[in-house]
Amino acid sequence: MIQYVIRRLLLVFPVIIGVTFLTFAMLLATGDPTSAMAGEHASPALRAAIREELGLDDPLLVQYGRFVWRLLQGDLGRSIMTRSPVQSELKLFFPATIELALAAMFLAILVGIPLGILAGSRHNSFIDLGTTFGALIGVSMPIFWLGLMLLWLFGLKLNWFPTTGRIGADVQLQTITNLYIVDSIITGNIPALTSALRYITLPALALATIPTAFIARMTRSAMIDILGMDYIRTARAKGLVERLVVTKHAFKNALLPVVTVVGLQTGSLLAGAILTETIFAWPGMGRWIVNAIVARNFPVVQIGVLVFALIFIAVNLLVDISYGWLDPRVRYD
Amino acid sequence: MADPVSTTLPTDAVAQPVSSAPLSPLRLAVRRFRKHRMAMFGLGLLILLLLYISLGVLLSRGYCAPLKQEVSGEAWANCNDTGLKLQPPSAGHIFGTDVIGRDILARTIYGGQISVLIGISAAFVEVLLGAFIGALAAYYGGWVDNILMRFTEAMLTIPSLFLLIIGSHFFGNRLPAFNFLGRELAGGVVVIILIIGATSWMYLARIVRANVLSLRERDYVSAARALGASDSRIIFLHLLPNTIAPLIVSATLGVANAILSEAYVSFLGLGVQGATATWGNMLDGAYQYLETAPWLWFFPGTLILLTVLGINFVGDGLRDALDPYSTKHL
Repeated sequence: MIQYVIRRLLLVFPVIIGVTFLTFAMLLATGDPTSAMAGEHASPALRAAIREELGLDDPLLVQYGRFVWRLLQGDLGRSIMTRSPVQSELKLFFPATIELALAAMFLAILVGIPLGILAGSRHNSFIDLGTTFGALIGVSMPIFWLGLMLLWLFGLKLNWFPTTGRIGADVQLQTITNLYIVDSIITGNIPALTSALRYITLPALALATIPTAFIARMTRSAMIDILGMDYIRTARAKGLVERLVVTKHAFKNALLPVVTVVGLQTGSLLAGAILTETIFAWPGMGRWIVNAIVARNFPVVQIGVLVFALIFIAVNLLVDISYGWLDPRVRYD
Repeated sequence: MADPVSTTLPTDAVAQPVSSAPLSPLRLAVRRFRKHRMAMFGLGLLILLLLYISLGVLLSRGYCAPLKQEVSGEAWANCNDTGLKLQPPSAGHIFGTDVIGRDILARTIYGGQISVLIGISAAFVEVLLGAFIGALAAYYGGWVDNILMRFTEAMLTIPSLFLLIIGSHFFGNRLPAFNFLGRELAGGVVVIILIIGATSWMYLARIVRANVLSLRERDYVSAARALGASDSRIIFLHLLPNTIAPLIVSATLGVANAILSEAYVSFLGLGVQGATATWGNMLDGAYQYLETAPWLWFFPGTLILLTVLGINFVGDGLRDALDPYSTKHL
């Protein structure tokens, strides 16, 4: 097992090298950043000075090497726009996105798995057809459309939830992790907790829809496959109550594909976060990176995209490792 | 080597049972598809939408005040009567008007044509790239496989929306407008098609690779090789046609994905610019009018939802229908 984890970790390196190189090369291909920094009408001398300062005239591989070397030393560079270290901006925006993504994934698992079990264990029933149909709608849902509808209906018309931001302006909260929900629980700050929960509800709902649908679909089809197996018939034949057959015998074995889907959905969750953050003015990484792309703020884009990629890699690494725990027959060799 | 014998033999061998057997794989697939209630529902929905964006053209006419004359067709969709901007839905403008006074109904019709064009073309690019890269990796194996698959993984790891935004922001409006089937289209349309295609082929490449890996060890491939068939002939004539099922399913779902991607990029304000309407760029800026003019985003958004829904229903049906081991009838 340990050996497998190590080998799996080693396999991550080529992908990380690939990702850093891709983000690096992609941005170089998009043109000259000096006009963004010094303005369209900057003199050639000023541009040359900036190019010199940033080392943009060196060979590609030298620039890439320097980029990686700085990363390894923990130097993430400076934002071209604000001139502040990328690291400090990252510390500000990263927790907001993580909080939103975790809340959405939590909702998706909480709703998707029970729905999938219910639908799969009552194959072809009314609830099964309803779930299948609903899940297909969920999978097809344009996230901005859903977000706008939620915002319009529950935020503006019914006025049930706040529409923009992470927490009420009138709430005092001592930040530790910058995950507002966690911070307010740690400090026992009830007003801050309710405020943070109210602010996160709509964006988390919008972001959770697609993963919920995928998880419900996958759980359903895995349950249907497994409930048709011989050992399930045996369990029923020996007189086990159906509830235990479904939850203990079937579900545990249906978890493997479900966990895979959860891992893969992280990718679309992160992409969805970009749109959700735009709609709900959520001060997270998605908006930070999109704004940086528009402003040709290369250091921010490079680090931002790299962080998203690393999250995706880490989650899928965890998924791979969890296979052995979920199914002891999975051998790592 | 083009040996006439090798061209006729396999096709005959395949064609024979297809024409004579009462239930060919194709017929079985069609039968399974028709029994798939949701797929048939999706197909119906898509046909209605296609009728809307094609026959709707006939209804697209009205009096354009700035031009002081009755106009029809796309001219009506592009007629901006600023005196009538941000009108709520009414008898004259059933879906209301946009920020510069254009008729939203007409724009959803013409925009729908472009969105569908973008969807189909981008899916085509996706299938082309995915099939090619997947087949190359599997067929040649070794370092070719290694490099191509690591590249695929790296591409998969970066959220494709970022790649899309970066691509369309920097290459978005570099191409001049061009003429297509008698219509003037913004150059950004081609750019967005290529970018969506280039950022969505990865899953397909992996599926094709897995299929080809198992196919290339089959006896009929060895036979083809023994007959002196070239690598490209084996890949394009013997291997890829046998992975047609996932290709068809991916292409179908790819259309939905491309329409969504275009809308996402446009929603962020980085999509096709200019007069050419797409469902996506009708949403650009609609965010500012969230409360004051919900018709701006409601109608194009709903059309996108219905189209994607219809395609996904059909794609699901196709997946079940084309799977030879499928016994599901639903």
